[in-house]
This record gives sequence, structure tokens and C-alpha cells, in this order.
Amino acid sequence: MSGPHVLPVRVYLGIFAALSVLTAITVATAQFDFGPLNNLVALGIATTKATLVVLYFMHARYSGKLTAVVIATSIGFLFILFFLTLTDYLSRAWAL
Amino acid sequence: MSELAAGGGQHPALQHHFRDLEQQKAASSLGMWVFIAQEILFFGGIFMAYIVYRIKYPEAFVAGSHHLSWQVGFFNTLVLIGSSLTMAMAVYSAAIGKSRRVVGFILATVLLGSVFLGVKYFEYAEKIGPCLPGASGVGCLVPGERFDASALGVSGEAAGHTQIFYSLYFGMTGLHALHMIIGIPILLVIARAAWKERYSPEWHTPVEMVGLYWHFVDIVWIFLFPLLYLIGAH
Repeated sequence: MSGPHVLPVRVYLGIFAALSVLTAITVATAQFDFGPLNNLVALGIATTKATLVVLYFMHARYSGKLTAVVIATSIGFLFILFFLTLTDYLSRAWAL
Repeated sequence: MSELAAGGGQHPALQHHFRDLEQQKAASSLGMWVFIAQEILFFGGIFMAYIVYRIKYPEAFVAGSHHLSWQVGFFNTLVLIGSSLTMAMAVYSAAIGKSRRVVGFILATVLLGSVFLGVKYFEYAEKIGPCLPGASGVGCLVPGERFDASALGVSGEAAGHTQIFYSLYFGMTGLHALHMIIGIPILLVIARAAWKERYSPEWHTPVEMVGLYWHFVDIVWIFLFPLLYLIGAH
């Protein structure tokens, strides 16, 4: 059920290295103006980092389907919150 | 399956309403993940506020963000990622039964967390100091009557709107810091139990659960850093 939780140390070191490099990349890309893509780049990198933390540091990849359902549900509801709120604010006649 | 129970001797950590340690561990883990799901939605509300106001006042957000030091934010991000590594290593050490190393890695996590909070203290002091009674008020960045936007490079209405950016800055980073302030004593309690050899490869659930919490707090910061410190081109 819970699967093997003991990953080799090099996995943790590798994830740490990846997170550090991605942090440096997000700072480096912030020096340039990609116009409306700025947010997409920054949030894409942040989401990649968060995914690495969840899958490996938090062992979600080895924690079974029930854990995956809980994670997917919470993120799903988060997007319902964002989506429904924005359909309201962005569609108001007097503009946001 | 439940060899310990079948052998007559139950594991001291096994509570009577669970069939075996594996089931107990799965229940703890699920409970922790549901708590984290709640935390995601709890922080989600304030992120929602951030999205709405950033769409409404983009120039004020850029101005407010440019005044924050991305170098300090970058440093703190690396410190927090480092603390996540030491936390993961503490869980790993518990899983292979090295109690002394668990203590060491948890204390390293606490140390890195404290460095983060120390840096945060100086960041806050710089913005709050000028607002205190008797201070000049120049450079005061606490939203309210004494808020001073003169250093932010914006004028007119946008200057007032930077107060919303700083409200969210203090709200989001403050809530994040509060989570760390709560996490550190919990880490210390668990380090003490590890020092007393309470954990084993078969059962070290508290180490794993505080690890989940600490990594979640790290993830919140991973999003806060670009959203607060890196808006617009620098």
C-alpha cells in the first residue's frame, strides 16, 4: 500500500539541485520582459518546483492512489475557486 | 501482514483500533494529506485576492514588487529549499533507523528555518521601523495613514494602490512565517523523541508527518517568491 519510502540519498540531493537551479532560472528570466508570458514562465517554473517537492520530498509518487485523489481534489477545488471568481470579476460591465 | 500481532507482541506504537502498523501509518498519512488539502484552500483564498488585485492594479504591483529585494528573496528561497532537503534527510534517516542522524537533520532544518525567519525579520523591520511612533515615517510601508509611497516610483492613484500590494505582502509572507513559527517547536519535540530512540524503521510516522507539513510550507514559499519579488522585468 504505502510502497517503499526509502529512496536513495542521491534522489534527494538531485531534487535539491534541481530546485536550486530552477530558482536561479526563475530569477534570471525575471530580468527579461516576455510581456504577458512573464507570469506564465514564473508560474510554470514554480509549479515544476512544487511538483518535484510533492512527488519526491513528500513521497506522493509512492503513497498510493488515495493520496493522489486527495491532492488532485484540493488542486481541483483551488481552480474552481479561481475560475468562478474570475468569471465574475472579469465579466463585470464596469471592468475590474 | 501483521507478524508482530501474530507473534503475540504488539509494537508499542500500535494503537488498539488499528489492525497493524501499516494500516495505522496509512491512516496518519491520509489525515495529514487532507489537512494539507485544507491548507491549500486556506492559502488559496489569499492567492485569489492577490490575483484579483493584481489584475486590477498591475502598475502598483510592479512598483511595490520592484522595491522588494529579489536578492534577499532568492537567498531565503535557497535557505528554505535547503531546509526541505535536511527535512527529507531526517525522514530518510528515520526510515533506516539512524536516530542520531534524525536529530542532527531536524536541528539543521530548525537552524535553516530560523535563518529564513531572521532574514524575514530584517525585511519587515526595514518596512515597519519608519512607521513606529517617533520615527520619521519616511519609507514606511505598512498600509495605513503613515504609508509612504515616495520611494516606490509611482504617483497619483497608483501610489495609493501600492498599499494593497503591501497588505498582501505582509498578509501572505506573515501567514507563511506563522506556519514556520508553528513548525519549529513541533520539529523540536520530534527531535527530542528521536533523541530518546522512540522511532524505528517500522514506525517513525511523526517524523514523516512533520516532514509533509514542512515541505508544504516550502511549496507555499516557492509560489510567493516569484509572485511578490519578481513581478515584471527587473
